[in-house]
Amino acid sequence: MSDWDIDRAATALLAAEDSRTDREPLTDEWPEMDLDTAYAIQDETLRRRLARGEQLVGVKLGLTSRAKQQRMGISSPLVAWLTDAMVLPAGAPVPQDLLIHPRAEPEIVFVMGERLAGPGVTAATAMRAVAGVCGGIELIDSRYRDFRFTMPDVVADNASSGAFLTGPVTLRPEGLDLSLEACLVEVDGRIVDSATGAAVQGHPAEALALAANALAGRGLAIEAGWIVLTGGMTDAVFAPAGSTIGVHFTSLGSLVLSGG
Amino acid sequence: MDDATRVEVAASLLEAYRTRQPIEPLVEKYAGLELDDAYAIQQHQVQAWLGEGRVIQGHKVGLTSGAMQRQMGVDQPDYGVLRDDMFYPEDAPVPAGIFLAPRIEPEIAFVLSRDLTGPGVTVAEAAAAVDFVLPALEIIDSRIRDWKITILDTIADNASSGGVMLGSTPTRLSDVDLRLAGCNLYGNGALVATGAGGAVLGSPLLSLAWLANTVGRHGVTLRAGHVVLPGSVTPAQPVRPGDTWTAQFAGIGSVTARFGQETA
Repeated sequence: MSDWDIDRAATALLAAEDSRTDREPLTDEWPEMDLDTAYAIQDETLRRRLARGEQLVGVKLGLTSRAKQQRMGISSPLVAWLTDAMVLPAGAPVPQDLLIHPRAEPEIVFVMGERLAGPGVTAATAMRAVAGVCGGIELIDSRYRDFRFTMPDVVADNASSGAFLTGPVTLRPEGLDLSLEACLVEVDGRIVDSATGAAVQGHPAEALALAANALAGRGLAIEAGWIVLTGGMTDAVFAPAGSTIGVHFTSLGSLVLSGG
Repeated sequence: MDDATRVEVAASLLEAYRTRQPIEPLVEKYAGLELDDAYAIQQHQVQAWLGEGRVIQGHKVGLTSGAMQRQMGVDQPDYGVLRDDMFYPEDAPVPAGIFLAPRIEPEIAFVLSRDLTGPGVTVAEAAAAVDFVLPALEIIDSRIRDWKITILDTIADNASSGGVMLGSTPTRLSDVDLRLAGCNLYGNGALVATGAGGAVLGSPLLSLAWLANTVGRHGVTLRAGHVVLPGSVTPAQPVRPGDTWTAQFAGIGSVTARFGQETA
């Protein structure tokens, strides 16, 4: 029997996050940790974040690209929590010691106008609950050394959440073709990658519907006013201290994020 | 490399087209091969094609993505010519059997309204010379075994060109931001790759200006009515007989290529 449990795992992950120290995957010592246990750890870390004064602001999806899902051997994305402590202010450099080993992902972000409760949510009905669409840059970070983890590890680690920036414009979803909404990703002025919204689970609305349906399985819903980070459009790009990440969207404007 | 050797290499590449048997990488056999030799070998093949009655209908630019240039260890693109017999209509299957190892790339094709003569062409002049853009699929192919190419091999091999499928919805440059135009590439109905026009040298217009300036140094003018394929928006994808490939572009339309079953 392992001497690990949900409490100990939550403590270990939050300690790694707070001290900016990476660690080995939980499953190295606790191979029996399954997905349900991993989500329970994720929920326990959220409970502790709220207890220390953070506010729940929404959810993020992870592993929304088919390529990443194939690498991890899964068929649907994972869901994790966003708090206000993860929000980056626009126009300010990212503090160098904020994260352990951040990587940047361009994302399409939804701001919910209505509560969205599964099961049975489809991409079409999901979009009815969306009030606004904006672009985002998510700085993902892993508490695990070299981003080495199994699926339960990454679920427990809140889907490698780090920090995120949104803006600069928020558009109504009507008339936007998010399947062809493109982004160009620049690191220090060099274009390193490009993609469209279709790279996110076929369409970001599909990711939103999957999130709503997955949360319903845990007795939860996506609430009005929440932010939903729908998942990285490109592979994550390295964002070392001192680098500047620029993301330019077709309709959603440009975002710049620079390390301090 | 002396001209007799260049002619010999050009002949071996032309033979590879005829037999559909690839040749070994040139840089392995010809240690002294340089950039000028590679373009001269390409030019010898162009002369042979013109002698057979073929007509040059445009140019293609290759090696335009940062990823591809890093993979090749180069910091510049390359170019080849587009012959009239490389253009396939969208409404008929492309004969898959005529290629050696075909791959497909989604591109935003320029059609020129006036001649463009480099060197000294700016992005402004390049934009002014564009009549309209069309959605396009380029079939690339290699007469070099297993695509084991350096930049010199691909230049000598007409920039690994194969065929062109143009969509039929012209769009003016003033109606679309080519840098931020999204592109989704579907193979047999499945999303295979996505990208934005800016993946091409930062902007497809920069690719057009580079081409005009580079061929201009060799006394070549890009002609009104000609097609320029500026480079792929996504990584190239392998094609099999019977495949159907569709490229959708935001604001530019879509184009589909159907490949026939292999013929003996």
